[in-house]
Amino acid sequence: MAKLYSKKALANTKMLPKKQTISFILNYSKALNVVKVGNLNFEIIAN
Amino acid sequence: MATIQIPDALLVKNYIAGDENALAVLIQRHQSKIYGFIYSKMADRDVADDIFQDTFIKVIKTLKSNSYNEEGKFLPWVMRISHNLIVDHYRKNKKMPMLRETEEFSIFSILTDSSLNAEGRIITDVIEKDLRKIIQELPNDQKEVLMMRIYQDYSFNEIAELTGVSINTALGRMRYAILNLRKVIEKNQIILTN
Repeated sequence: MAKLYSKKALANTKMLPKKQTISFILNYSKALNVVKVGNLNFEIIAN
Repeated sequence: MATIQIPDALLVKNYIAGDENALAVLIQRHQSKIYGFIYSKMADRDVADDIFQDTFIKVIKTLKSNSYNEEGKFLPWVMRISHNLIVDHYRKNKKMPMLRETEEFSIFSILTDSSLNAEGRIITDVIEKDLRKIIQELPNDQKEVLMMRIYQDYSFNEIAELTGVSINTALGRMRYAILNLRKVIEKNQIILTN
C-alpha cells in the first residue's frame, strides 16, 4: 500500500510570535506604571 | 478534564487591578489570531513581530491608564490597534523608503553635505581676505559705494542719500568699482575661485 505522506503537516500552520517578543511584552507590562495627575498621564518604567 | 475559561472581560479587569498573569493568559489565548492577522498583511516575520509588540505596548498603556472602553470586546479592539499600526507602517515606508547600500547604489549619491570642508573654508577665507585687500586699492568714492552695497547691504537709493549724490552717480561708481576690481585681478593674475 502506498504510504500516506499527507498526514503530517509539513509547515506549522499556527503562526506564533517569537518567545522573546512575548517575554518583552510581559516584562514591559510589569515594569510600566502609569500615574495619572490631573489630565496628564505619566509613564514610569522601572529598571 | 474540562477547564473553565475565564472570560476576556474578567481577565482585562484583573489585569487593570494589577494581576500581571491575566495579560499572559490573554496573550496566550489570542496570540495566534493576532499574529496571524499581522503576518497575513506583512509577510515578514521580523516586521510582524515588531507590530505585534507595538500592538501590545499600546494595549498595556491603554489598560494601565484606565482609558480602555469596556463596551468593546478585547480581541476586536486589539485587532483594530494592530490594523492601524499596519496602516501606519505602510504609510511611513511609503514616505521614507528603506534604502540599502548595494554595489550599484550608494547612499552618498543622494546624501550630500553642502557645508565646506576644512580646506574649502581656508580657501574661502583666503579669497575673502584677498578681495578686501584689492577693494582697499580702489578710489575712495568707488570703495565707499561698493562697501555699502556689498558688505552693509544698503540699497542704491539709500547709498545715494547717505553719500549725497544722485542714484545714477552711485550706480556709475559701483560699475567703475567692479570694472577696476576686474582690472586689478587680471593684472595681478589673482585666482579668486574656490
